[in-house]
Amino acid sequence: MSELSRNEGASADASNAPLLRIERLALSLPEGADRLYAVDNINYELNAGEILCVVGESGSGKSMTANAVMGLLPQGVNVAQGRALFHGQDVLALSEIEHRELRGQRIGMIFQEPMTALNPLMRVGEQIAEVFEAHGLLTSKARRERALALLEEVRLPDPQAALRAYPFELSGGQRQRVMIAMALALEPELLIADEPTTALDVTTQAQILHLVKDLQTRRGMAVMFITHDFGVVAEIADRVCVMRMGKIVEMGEARDVLERPQHDYTRALIEAIPGDAVPPTRDAGDTKPLLSVSGLDKVYRSSGGWFQPKREVVALDGIEFSLGRGETLGIVGESGSGKSTLGRCIVGLNTPDSGEISLNGVDLRALEGRELREHRQRIQMVFQDPYASLNPRIKVGMAIAQGPIANGVPKARALEQARELLATVGLDASAAERFPHEFSGGQRQRIGIARALALDPELIVADEAVSALDVSIQAQVLALLDRLKQELELSLLFITHDLRVAAQICDRLIVMQKGRIVEHGSAREIFLSPQHAYTRELLEAIPGRQDRRETAPAAVGAI
Amino acid sequence: MNFFKRFAQNRGALVGLIILALVVLLALLAPFLYPDSPWRMVQRPFLAPGEIAGFPLGTDTMGRDVAAGLAHGAWVSLLIGLISTVVALAIGVPLGALAGYFGGKIDDALMRFTEFFQTIPNFALAIVLVAILEPSTVSIVLAIAIVSWPPVARLVRGEFLSIKHREYVEAARLVGQTHRDIIIKQILPNTLSPVIVLASLMVATAILLESSLSFLGLGDPDTMSWGYMIGAARTVMRQAWWLSVIPGVAILLTVLALNLVGEGLDDALNPQLARAR
Amino acid sequence: MPYLSLILGRIGKAVIVLLAILVFNFFLIHAAPGDPAAVMAGEAGAADEQFLEDLRERFGLDQPLPVQLWRYMSGVLQLDFGYSYRQQMPVLDLILDRLPATLMLTGAAFVISLALGILAGTLAAMRVKRPSGSIIMGLSLLFYATPLYWVAMMAVLIFSVVLDWLPAYGYATVGAGYTGLAHAGDVAVHLILPALTLGLFFMAVYTRMTRTSMLSVSQQDFVKTARAKGLAPGVIQRRHILRNALLPIITLAGLQAGQMVGGAVLTETVFAWPGIGRLMYEALMQRDYNLLLGIFFFCALLVILFNMLTDVIYRLADPRIKQSAA
Repeated sequence: MSELSRNEGASADASNAPLLRIERLALSLPEGADRLYAVDNINYELNAGEILCVVGESGSGKSMTANAVMGLLPQGVNVAQGRALFHGQDVLALSEIEHRELRGQRIGMIFQEPMTALNPLMRVGEQIAEVFEAHGLLTSKARRERALALLEEVRLPDPQAALRAYPFELSGGQRQRVMIAMALALEPELLIADEPTTALDVTTQAQILHLVKDLQTRRGMAVMFITHDFGVVAEIADRVCVMRMGKIVEMGEARDVLERPQHDYTRALIEAIPGDAVPPTRDAGDTKPLLSVSGLDKVYRSSGGWFQPKREVVALDGIEFSLGRGETLGIVGESGSGKSTLGRCIVGLNTPDSGEISLNGVDLRALEGRELREHRQRIQMVFQDPYASLNPRIKVGMAIAQGPIANGVPKARALEQARELLATVGLDASAAERFPHEFSGGQRQRIGIARALALDPELIVADEAVSALDVSIQAQVLALLDRLKQELELSLLFITHDLRVAAQICDRLIVMQKGRIVEHGSAREIFLSPQHAYTRELLEAIPGRQDRRETAPAAVGAI
Repeated sequence: MNFFKRFAQNRGALVGLIILALVVLLALLAPFLYPDSPWRMVQRPFLAPGEIAGFPLGTDTMGRDVAAGLAHGAWVSLLIGLISTVVALAIGVPLGALAGYFGGKIDDALMRFTEFFQTIPNFALAIVLVAILEPSTVSIVLAIAIVSWPPVARLVRGEFLSIKHREYVEAARLVGQTHRDIIIKQILPNTLSPVIVLASLMVATAILLESSLSFLGLGDPDTMSWGYMIGAARTVMRQAWWLSVIPGVAILLTVLALNLVGEGLDDALNPQLARAR
Repeated sequence: MPYLSLILGRIGKAVIVLLAILVFNFFLIHAAPGDPAAVMAGEAGAADEQFLEDLRERFGLDQPLPVQLWRYMSGVLQLDFGYSYRQQMPVLDLILDRLPATLMLTGAAFVISLALGILAGTLAAMRVKRPSGSIIMGLSLLFYATPLYWVAMMAVLIFSVVLDWLPAYGYATVGAGYTGLAHAGDVAVHLILPALTLGLFFMAVYTRMTRTSMLSVSQQDFVKTARAKGLAPGVIQRRHILRNALLPIITLAGLQAGQMVGGAVLTETVFAWPGIGRLMYEALMQRDYNLLLGIFFFCALLVILFNMLTDVIYRLADPRIKQSAA
C-alpha cells in the first residue's frame, strides 16, 4: 500500500517504520479501581495503510491506548510508563499545545455514541468547518465547500440539506457519517474508531463498516478499530490485537487469529459468536398452541398540546402468530421495528389498540380484575438491563419472593422458595440475603430469571435479555435459559436485534420491520433461504458472515 | 459506615453540622439561660455589646436583652423552618408521586395545579396569606409550606417518571403487586435521597422566609424572632448598628450551615455524581 | 402557523393562571376572619359605615357565593380593582403609578444578576480545583444564605452611612429639580444599591447553577469530539460547553423571576423605592387588603411576562424546540 499523502514531517527513513508503535505502555488507574493498570506493559504496532482491530470485552482496557495517543485520557488515568511513537515521535511526551496540533489534523477519531457525539446546538456544517478553523486552515467560504464535499464523500443522502441540519434532525447512522466526515476532514494518516458501530442497527453497521473500509483503501490511511465483536473483525481487520484485563493475550494477522486462535480466551470469544450462524434443526416440540396473537395493532400518538399537531408512529400493524408449548420463538428486528412493543403487549405492560392475545385459548384482553391477574401470571418477563431490572434497595431473596407474596403465599414460604430458585439458576442460596449491587451483570440476569420463574409461569418473554452482556456471559445465560426451558417445560418468546443470538436459541423466527411481520418460519429455513428482501439484508449485514460463507458449506453439512 | 465517611470528607459540611449543632443547643437552652420573656425590659435601651456585664450583646431600643432575644429567636427560626418543611413535604411528596406514577390526565391536572403555585410570586403570596389570615405561628407555617411545596412535587414527580419505567418496577407490575405497594415499596425508597437533600435546603429557605415576614412586621406577635429584631432596628441603624448586625449574622450562619449540610448530604447520598454543585 | 398557535397557547395559559389568581383572591377575602366588607375596606372600624354599605352593595355580599364571585371577576375584567379607602385613590391608579419604578428595579437586578452570575459561574467551572474557583463558590454560598433585606441594610450602612458614596434611599434626590440627563443620572445613582442588593441573591443562584451545568456538560461526548478536532480549550468552553450549559439557566431564570418580584418588596421597603413593593408594605401597614390583593395580582402578571420572555429566549437558543413545534 502506498502512502498517498502530504507527509511533510515523515522523513524517508521512516517510510518502512510503523506509523504508530506502542512500547511498554502502562496506564495507571485511579485508586479504588478494580485493578492497578488500565493497560499493563503492552506493545503493538500499526503500519500505514493497515486496519488493526483492538478487540476486548468491557473493561479490557481496549480504548485506553487510543485515548492516550489522542491525549484524551479520562481524569485520574495517567501514563505510568512507556511510549507511543507516531512517526517516531513520542506523543505521550507532547505538550498540550503540540498535541492539539496532532489531533484532528494527523490523527482523527470517531466514537461509539453518534447520538451524543455532536453538539446539539450547532449546525452540522459549522461543526465540520470547525475542524479547519481549529488548525487555522482555509477561508470560511472554502471551509463550507470542503464540508459539503466531505458530506458527499461519506455518502449522506442530501449533503446540501445535511450541511444546514442540526444533529437531532439526522438518524444515528447519518450522524456517524458526519462524525467520519469530521474525522477525515484534514486527511489524517491515522483514524481511531472507538466502537463506532456498536450503537447502530445491524444494517447501518454494515454500511458504516463498508464506508470505513472504502475510505481507508482510497486514502491509504491507517485505522485503529476498537471493537468487542469478532464479527466486525472478520469484516474489516488486517491484523488483530486481543486484549483482556489490560493485557494483550493474542496478536496476529486477522485470518490467522480467526481460523487458528491460539489463546483460550480468544477461542471463547470467537466461539461465543456462532461459527456458521446457521441454526440446527430443532425438535419443534408439542405443537399445541400456548399463545396465539391475532390482528394486533398499536399506534403511538403524541398528544402535542393545545395547538400542536399530533404525531403518530405505527408500532404494531396486524400482528398475527402463535407459539407452541415448549417452543422457543424468536422475534427479530432493528430498532423501531415494534418488537419490544409486541413483547410488552403480550405481558400486559402495554395495551394494544385492537387485536386478540389468547393464552391457552383464553382471550386475555377480555378479562378483568382478579381473573386477568391470575392469567397474566402465567406470562413473565426477563428484562434487558441487568442494572435496572433489580431494585437497588430490595434484597435479592425478597425481589424474587415478592411475586408470590403479592399473590398470597406466606412470606417465609416464599423466601424459602426464592432460595431454591437461586440454586436452580446456578447461584448460591445465600445470595438471597444480599443486595443487587454485590452482583455482576451476568449474575443479576440470573436473578432476573429466578424472579420470572417464581410464579411458575408457562411462558417467558425475554426482551433483549442478553444484549447488555459481554459475549462470553451471553453464551452462559442463553445456555441457562435453554436448560430451564427443557426442565420446567416452558415456552420462550425471545426478542432480540441480534440474529446471531437468535440463531443460538430459537426454533422458529419472526422477522419484524416497521411494525409488521415480514417473514415467519423455522430458524434454519430463514437462515438458509430467506424469502423477504429485508431478511436477506439483515442476514447479509451480520458482520463477518460473508467471510464465513466461503468456509461455511462444510460446517453446514456437518449438522 | 460509608455514608458518614463520605459526609465527613466534605469539610464544609462538617463545619455546617457544628454550627447547626450550636444553634440547636442555643435554642434548646434558651428557656434555661433566659427563663424570662425576651420581651421584658431589663436595662436602659441602646446598651452597646459588652458595655455592662451580664448583657454581652447589649440591649435594644426598648431596653430588652439582645442575647435573650437571640436565644429565643433561634428556637422560633428552627421550629418554623422544620415544621413548615414537613408540611410542605406532606403536600408535595404525595402530589408528585401520584402525578408521576399515574401520568396522563392525573398528571396533567396535578401539574397545572403545581405550575399555578409556582407562577405566583411566592414571597408575595406568603405576605398576602399571613396578612389576611392574621399573623400567628400557624399562619406563618402554613404560608411558608404553601409557597414551598411545588419544588418538592416537581422533584418527586420527576423521580417517579424516571423510575416507574425502570425494569424492576415493571417486574413488580408483572408479578401482580398493587399500585400502592409499587409506589410505597418499589419507587418511593429510591426517591428519598434527593428529597432529603432538598428538604435540608428547604429548611434554610423557610428560615429566610420566616425572617423576611417578621422583618415586615408579619411575625407572630407573641414570639421573639430574628427577623423582627432586624426590622425593629432598621430605623436606628445609624445610632445602633449592632442591633441589626447581630441577628443578621445569626440568620446568615444558620442558613449557611443548613446549606453546607445539604451539600454534604448530597455528596454522601449521591456518590456516583462526580460532584460539583 | 406554528408560532402563532404557540403564542396563542401561551397567552391562553397565562389567562387561566390570572383567572385562577382572581378566584384565589376572592376566597382569601372570605377566608379572612371577620366581615369581608371590612376586610376589603381595611381594618374593621377604620372605614365608615357608608363605605362598607357601598362595598356590600357592589359585591352583593348578601348574595350567594357564586354570584359574588361573578361580580368580583367581572369587575376586575373591566379593570376595576376596587378603591383604596386608605389612600383615597382607585387601586389600579395607585399600582400603575408605582409600576415603572418596580419594572426598572427588577429589570436592572435581573440583568445584573444574570450577567454576573453566568460570568462568575463560568469562571468557577473553569477553575474547579483552584483557589479562585473555591473563592467564587464560597462567596456565592454566602450571598445565597444572606437575607435580602439584611444585605440591603448592610449596604446602606457601609456605602451610605460610613462611606457616604451613594444615596441611602429614594428614587431621586428630593428637591434637586434635575431634568433630562441629570435626572436620569440621579435616578441611576439611586438605583445602584437597590438593584445590586436585590440581584445579589439571584446572582448566587445563577453562579451555582452555571457552574454545575457547565461541569455536567463538559462530561458529555460532544466535548470529547471537540477536543479530538484539536480545538483550543477557550473555544471549546465558549462554543460547546457554555452554549449548552446556558439552556437550563434560561429556564431557571424564568422561575426565579417570581422570586425577584417578591424580593422587591423587601428591597423597596429598605430603600424607600417608590415601586409596588413599597406600596405593598404600605398596604400591609395600613391593612389595606383590597390594595394588597391588587398588587398581588400585578406581581403575578409581572412574573408571567418574565416567564414568557424567557420562553422566547429559550426557543431562540435551542433549535430542537423550533422543530418540534413545526
